[in-house]
Amino acid sequence: MTGADQASHADHAGATEAVNAQLAAPPLALQVSHLDVTYRVRGRDRLALHDVSFEIGRNESYGLVGESGSGKSTVALALTRYLARNGRVSAGSISISGRDPLAMDRSELRDLRARTVSMVYQEPGKALNPSLRVGRQMAEVFQVAGSDKAEAAMRSEAMLRKVQISDPGRVMDAYPHQLSGGMAQRVVIAMALAANPALLILDEPTTALDATVEAEVLDLVAGLRDELDTSVLFISHNLAVIAKMCDRVGVLYAGELIEEGPASQVFEQPRHPYTVGLLRCIPRHGQRKDHGRLDAIPGFLPQPGHKLAGCIFAPRCPIAVQQCRDAPPPAFDVGPDRTSRCYRHDETSGLPRSTPADVSLPTPPTAADPVVRMRNLSKTFTSKAGQVAALAGVDLDIGRGETLGLVGESGSGKTTLARLLLGLTAADEGSQLSLDGKPLGRDLAHRGTEELRALQIVFQNPDSALNRRHTVRRLISRPLAKLAGLSGVALRDRLASLVASVRMEERHLALRPSQLSGGLKQRVAIARAFGGGPRIVVCDEPTSALDVSVQAAILNLLADLQAKERVTYLFISHDLGVVRYLSDRIAVLYLGRIMETGPAERVFSGPHHPYTEALLSAVPSLDGQRRTRIKLAGEIPSAANPPSGCVFHTRCPRRLSSGICESTEPPLAEVEPGHLMSCHIPLDELRVMQSVDASDDNTAS
Amino acid sequence: MTEVAAAAPAEIIPAVSARGELPAWRLLIRRPSFLVGATMLLFWVVCALFGNAIAPHDPLAQQLLSINKPPSAAHWFGTDSLGRDVLSRVIVGAGPILTVAPLATLLGTVLGTALGLAMGYFGGLLDALVSRLVEAVLALPAVIVIFLFIVALGTSVSTLIIVIGFIFTPLIARTVRSAVQVERHLDYLSSARLLGERPIRIMFVEILPNVVPTVVVEFTVRLGYAIFAVATLAFLGFSVQVSAPNWGSDINSSYGLLGAGYWWETLFPALAIASLVVAINLVADSIQQVVSE
Repeated sequence: MTGADQASHADHAGATEAVNAQLAAPPLALQVSHLDVTYRVRGRDRLALHDVSFEIGRNESYGLVGESGSGKSTVALALTRYLARNGRVSAGSISISGRDPLAMDRSELRDLRARTVSMVYQEPGKALNPSLRVGRQMAEVFQVAGSDKAEAAMRSEAMLRKVQISDPGRVMDAYPHQLSGGMAQRVVIAMALAANPALLILDEPTTALDATVEAEVLDLVAGLRDELDTSVLFISHNLAVIAKMCDRVGVLYAGELIEEGPASQVFEQPRHPYTVGLLRCIPRHGQRKDHGRLDAIPGFLPQPGHKLAGCIFAPRCPIAVQQCRDAPPPAFDVGPDRTSRCYRHDETSGLPRSTPADVSLPTPPTAADPVVRMRNLSKTFTSKAGQVAALAGVDLDIGRGETLGLVGESGSGKTTLARLLLGLTAADEGSQLSLDGKPLGRDLAHRGTEELRALQIVFQNPDSALNRRHTVRRLISRPLAKLAGLSGVALRDRLASLVASVRMEERHLALRPSQLSGGLKQRVAIARAFGGGPRIVVCDEPTSALDVSVQAAILNLLADLQAKERVTYLFISHDLGVVRYLSDRIAVLYLGRIMETGPAERVFSGPHHPYTEALLSAVPSLDGQRRTRIKLAGEIPSAANPPSGCVFHTRCPRRLSSGICESTEPPLAEVEPGHLMSCHIPLDELRVMQSVDASDDNTAS
Repeated sequence: MTEVAAAAPAEIIPAVSARGELPAWRLLIRRPSFLVGATMLLFWVVCALFGNAIAPHDPLAQQLLSINKPPSAAHWFGTDSLGRDVLSRVIVGAGPILTVAPLATLLGTVLGTALGLAMGYFGGLLDALVSRLVEAVLALPAVIVIFLFIVALGTSVSTLIIVIGFIFTPLIARTVRSAVQVERHLDYLSSARLLGERPIRIMFVEILPNVVPTVVVEFTVRLGYAIFAVATLAFLGFSVQVSAPNWGSDINSSYGLLGAGYWWETLFPALAIASLVVAINLVADSIQQVVSE
């Protein structure tokens, strides 16, 4: 979105508000007042939502944020009466465009769902019927709304064009599994908007998508909202996405709306300690593992159905006083259209931190000899589609004690690189992999105990990475016995110190993974990885399955462990903010090739490779400084059939007109000391191009 | 693609869930179908263990003066064509069937689980070969195959157990294999490999505990089939001792008299077989539902 677009958008929104205020007659798109939702679990009622009130005006976009278990999805389900059988609205009222879904019979409810409210869920793949062609599914929506067959087909095609699908005919003939995630989500959005609903509910619509695709889908939703005059309820755990998409925002915590107001104000000047804490958990520009550290929110969500006399956040709140524990705070007006359920809402700006902001961490030596050296590292998989080069001739060094951040879209080869390094998959012939100058066995069968010890991993999803039938004690003890060769008292001592260093307690040892929260599970996985005394730990998206408040604690833990145990990290993440927070150096991967590598600050501040530039600009930011979006055309090409020349040329916004990008693959050359790039455009020209765009952007905003 | 977000509504995650997962047996005993099935099964197990003590008459004693008597106060289930008490024969007849069937199923389960673990973990040629073998076994009716073996090897308790166990092995292996293949995609196996664990340990210490629920379900389901197979073989004349009480062979020797109106001699052993199979299936179903929840 350009600056001019934004300005006109803001004008438009302002005008609508003014008109609404004058007339006050047209019903709000959504009005929820004092909503309670109760689930009956094992014969007992558990309150999942309590006293939730908010409204969405016409053509307004309202964001609901909260961590898992806060009740975000329950709100959406209650609005459309899709609550599970054990759930019910136990108090309060809902009005959608002036109609009350709670009082409707089945046919009215059907009509409401068909015409007035539409929902888009997280997984587009699950929202589409896998056995019907896309065209047929779409036409059905129009037929329900009253079109005949021919008209339905025509309108489906028009709708697909509206969601910027350039080739609707092909998409309508396809089955859902033939579409990419981004394409499928567009189809779902097209179906949701088919009946021109008054209210569109988006429940984590981009969480399953890559950042570049996410950015496109978000732009699309924003554009369509203006065009179709639809109100949006946007549910997400991602504060930056909400900040980008929504006019107003409500923050849910443990089933209560603890703060509400215009999005920009809530994120700039939060007036509830929880919102403050949440915002401090997200890495922003300028924050690094050693200064301006992320702050974690101590404690845990209250148990479901657990009744507290006072404020639900009081047990975790650093500024709670006796009053907070005695009586639940009412919703205080804290500004125009703003409320906060906090007695001390005036004191939130000075909220004390739970962890120190600055710590001194040893800087990794810019040593000459890297600990890991990869030369011509390749991996080709054979599939029905032919030979797929998941990794094509990667040269990369990892320095001793540093954190190398590996970024790229899904399918770029990040995980393959990690698996080759670990020996879980054998690299192609001709690949060279060495540890401390000594060649590494090509797979685990060819590696000795010392090599096994040296390389360990923290997987993305601890549910998958921990054996669910084993106790924590067994899980953490095993590497100590097997790799570190400990037994008896020595093992018990090391176990105790390891458990303490990942900030867990003795009482957790007897539990099984299912009895732990996500953050604790990941701590167990980290303890396992560190048990054998590794040299290098691969962190494969270690925080992406976790909530933000937990993520902050895990990131800081990783930074502290690195300092204490002197290990090297290969840190893989799609979240550039997280990578930037933790990494000393960055490598950017695209279609199995290194596009750019260099010191983190250089790579992020630019001039950078056009692909890096596009990745960075796709990330919604909380800082308010909106970058010009460098749009990437289309999606990542198939690795089975990579483009000629520079593999990125098919999507590159800065492709040269001379045709060299299509014909010749640029070498990975050193453009500055330590900064390597694979691009035909000289660094100085990139600097000029990128600074021009940046200054444009600054003047516009 | 990577972010996993809030989904299940009521799932507010506490630090350490106080109840965690309820132990499986507690979930089981909440199910009426399990209670009914288990009670019936328990009844037959007691009969099998203490049959001779419980039976009101000697199941072998022939009273030639009161043959083919209908149910009465003295003989609740009537008497058969040799004047033996049907009730006593039904009670004591639980013994042989509840010896052979569980042992055969256990043998098949142990072998099948080991084979299934290896097939699922190693894949490749072993998997392909055994999979074809399974299909071959499935194509033949189990009772006919068992029948052939018994004709060739002669009838004895151990032959019955071994033959039925071997027939079940590939069937159970196939089920275990697919459960193992689900586990293979989970990272904890990579994690174990990175510790340098041997395949045997990965199969039996890492994977096996996770497929135990599948194995238990498979055992109970197969047990039902085994009961049926043993009864069928006895009916066909392949029981170990000819005169000993045996539901299958008792039906065989009495069903010719149904036309004469002597229904009790056939009905009660048949009901015994039916109730035992139903009991086991109720238990199996309940376990399956608890496991899949």
